[in-house]
Amino acid sequence: MRNKYSVFSLIKNALSYHENWQRAWKDPTPKKEYDAVIVGGGGHGLATAYYLAKKHNMNNIAVVEKGWIGGGNTGRNTTIIRSNYLWDASAGLYDHALKIWESLSQELNYNVMFSQRGVMNLAHNLQDVRDLKRRTHANRLNGIDAVYLSTEEVKKFCPIINTSPDIRYPVLGGTLQRRAGTARHDAVAWGYARGADAMGVDIIQNCEVKGIKRNGDSVEGIETTKGFIKTKKVGVVAAGHSSVIANMAGLRLPLESKPLQALVSEPVKPIIDTVVMSNAVHAYVSQSDKGELVIGAGTDDYVSYTQKGSHQIVEGTLNAILELYPIFSRMRMLRQWGGIVDICPDASPILSKTPIKGLYFNCGWGTGGFKATPGSGDLFAHTIANDEPHKLNAAFNLNRFVSGDLVDEHGAAAVAH
Amino acid sequence: MFLINCPYCGERDQQEFKAGGEAHIERPKQPTELSDDEWAEFLFMRKNIKGVQFERWNHAHGCRKWFNMVRDTSNDEIKAIYKMGEKPPTQ
Repeated sequence: MRNKYSVFSLIKNALSYHENWQRAWKDPTPKKEYDAVIVGGGGHGLATAYYLAKKHNMNNIAVVEKGWIGGGNTGRNTTIIRSNYLWDASAGLYDHALKIWESLSQELNYNVMFSQRGVMNLAHNLQDVRDLKRRTHANRLNGIDAVYLSTEEVKKFCPIINTSPDIRYPVLGGTLQRRAGTARHDAVAWGYARGADAMGVDIIQNCEVKGIKRNGDSVEGIETTKGFIKTKKVGVVAAGHSSVIANMAGLRLPLESKPLQALVSEPVKPIIDTVVMSNAVHAYVSQSDKGELVIGAGTDDYVSYTQKGSHQIVEGTLNAILELYPIFSRMRMLRQWGGIVDICPDASPILSKTPIKGLYFNCGWGTGGFKATPGSGDLFAHTIANDEPHKLNAAFNLNRFVSGDLVDEHGAAAVAH
Repeated sequence: MFLINCPYCGERDQQEFKAGGEAHIERPKQPTELSDDEWAEFLFMRKNIKGVQFERWNHAHGCRKWFNMVRDTSNDEIKAIYKMGEKPPTQ
């Protein structure tokens, strides 16, 4: 039985010096066979397992993770959540996720610290202004909250932005999605893990997949560092390593894995109470609850699995940050890191069946997967349980690269990829 | 960040170069006879290898010439560089 977190449990455990808290999830050894196995214990994978158990009564399932849960891109992103995408298919997908975020802490009984502080996207040239106005209209037609702001309104909403007309890339306006914001990335993985574990899901860490066993066109199981696991359904949610798993099954994917960097500053008092993104100069910044500025840089253009990235990418981002926010000129950066993002040619994800029966892929989220975590898990669980996509992820099938029916969010998605 | 030995200019900072993706993907000889599946394979599908990969690079801020590189994508170590049209090293 899982104990509920509440103010009473906090007081009770304080009396015993916090030494008797129940384990949030077990540390099981893998069974011989499961009804389904999810490869990858990040937010998306754990959410998939959670919804498989909760909505589709599949409790005899496992999540296998080569490292520790939430240790990949889930713990490396800049935690921005928004749904202001241009195309109908994307708007449907990302707003589905945003709606789940709004009540996720209550549902999981785990504080994911979802904070609807708003996300503002800046326009720096005439084309930006036109694109952002078009996107605002498209968002509103899809029932997504969006407003276009003038330069004065941008300044009013976030006073520390330099809106002087004589900077290299002046702020000509911006858009604001008030329902957007941030969440605590680790808590999302931990909350879903705890919830899935309570429903009987085995979360197996330090268990790397080494091969996928096929019988003709069907999946029979997976070879792992903890032995062979028999299963008829394998859902791969391996982000930057999706191609590595696909190659094991003899499947080719339209992905390239590239390093994407982020960095945080020393903690300071509250100075920026929203998220500001700029496509043209590629700078985005928010402030964590600890007080650190959280800054996202761009991707390198070459394939690499090193989780490092090039110095000049960070330098370019910081140049842009300093021009937009002169107040940050003496801030010191504490940490910098990279994650490996799997990018599709159309910059949209793949949540799909494959030509191999029982093998499903959830990948291609590229530079912006965190925001979709709950929706991605929900829709991927639906796809695995029913062997058919939900109507919200039908457009994000693997076959779109054959049919040509791409969801081209490159440049339209509010950040450069 | 690493140094790249351009076959025309010598060793330069990686910042001067542009990555051009997987190498040796041949343009279809008979494009009009290709099926949608074959087009998808040519246009979109990539090996995206973790390990030794053959790829194209362009010295964009230098001589602007294209060349090929063999690089280990798990640690960014460059194994070999050879000119366009030359046979890729075997091993």
